[in-house]
Amino acid sequence: MTVVTRVDVDPWEVAARVTDPELPMVTLADLGVLRGARLEDDGTVVVEITPTYTGCPAMGVMRADLVHALHLAGFADVDVRTVLSPAWSTDRISDEGRRKLAAGGIAPPGKAPARSDGPVPLQLGPTRRTASCPLCGSADTEELSEFGATACKALRRCRSCREPFEHVKEI
Amino acid sequence: MAHEETVYDALDHAHGGEGQWAFGTGFDEPLAGVDTTVPDGVDPAELGEYCLMLGDDALVLAQRLTEWVTASPELEEEVAVANVALDLLGQARLLLARAGSVGVLGRSRQRATDSIPDEDALAYFRAPGEFRSTALVAAPNGDFAQTIARLLVASTVRLAVFARLRESRDPVLAAIAGKGVHELAYHRDHAARWLLRLGDGTEESHLRAQRGVDAVWPLLADVFSPTEVERRLTADRVGVDPATTREEVQSVLTEVLGRATLRLPDWPADAPPRGRLGEHGPELTELLEGLQGLARRHPAATW
Repeated sequence: MTVVTRVDVDPWEVAARVTDPELPMVTLADLGVLRGARLEDDGTVVVEITPTYTGCPAMGVMRADLVHALHLAGFADVDVRTVLSPAWSTDRISDEGRRKLAAGGIAPPGKAPARSDGPVPLQLGPTRRTASCPLCGSADTEELSEFGATACKALRRCRSCREPFEHVKEI
Repeated sequence: MAHEETVYDALDHAHGGEGQWAFGTGFDEPLAGVDTTVPDGVDPAELGEYCLMLGDDALVLAQRLTEWVTASPELEEEVAVANVALDLLGQARLLLARAGSVGVLGRSRQRATDSIPDEDALAYFRAPGEFRSTALVAAPNGDFAQTIARLLVASTVRLAVFARLRESRDPVLAAIAGKGVHELAYHRDHAARWLLRLGDGTEESHLRAQRGVDAVWPLLADVFSPTEVERRLTADRVGVDPATTREEVQSVLTEVLGRATLRLPDWPADAPPRGRLGEHGPELTELLEGLQGLARRHPAATW
């Protein structure tokens, strides 16, 4: 049996250009949501993605966007698989992704909280995070709410320029 | 062009071009590509039953929390409550899909049309007696303070269970728990900080916070009581006996109430499991009428 494969196009290169439906300034690869894209011996492209949050409603659109992009690149059979473990963390966002977020007006996350196997300690303090204002650069900002317009973002306000902004919260 | 012109065409194509079932959550199977093999020596029916317990708790609490959308005390809080509910809905979706993957669908499969995914069939087409949630999540919201008190208790319990479930021999449960832990920590801490504000706030907010706590505490009576299924799955290192979380849960709640200057009510005496066995009060029936009514009236609706 002869299997025809596209050797001139790397499916990863195609998948890595697909942007996030909610954060169009970054790609799924920048976010660390895209875990892999490879050509199998039978000609199928297997793509692996992981949800940022369990309830992320954008997964279906990401899946369709990836299939669409790979179809346009000439890959007829595309199998998009969900990877749940290890869980996504904001530490997976690339430096390039962080730069693009900030340039797009969204403060990138700091270091995610340390993870252990034991009980998760209570955090009762007013806020444990800091973020510089993506508009004026001031570090004097305050948290308005830990929850924002999408599951992955918090709301903050700059005390210097007074503008509100979004912050990809550490997880 | 040989392939779909737009992403909308691709979405439609992914669904066989027949339109998307109107009440579902997405276009994709939530466990697509996940290895759903049942671990050695585990009864699939019991694994599915256990997934219903954990999934129904999340589904029912999500539904309660969304009652605050358009009615929250401030806009930011409305967004927060909706986000918490969305996280829980995501957990419910995976857990109900896991139950469906091992064939635990009850009578929902006969009531739902074939094109409706398992997790939606379970959510929309089971009778109240087929639900496995506890009374803690089904109880009406009460005022905002009581809602926060319940969210604190429910997310503290769930976080303690999920933290242990990360070690489950079932890789799907372990993965759901590994992800859920970080989300639940946000929920619990959010509720805890609200209770501090309310308890240590004005005379009125203190009074209401105390009333809310007093109303929620008796709902802990059956939360630490394992069913036979939970006992067996715990022995098999697949599930978590809720009794093992008691000390941690009580310690967290005691700390929060102390900081909030609220009086710690007596812990209720242990009661045998009820909700986990399908015994519920009228509040679950009422909640499910809101959740399921439209889908049941138009079971074949698409868009």
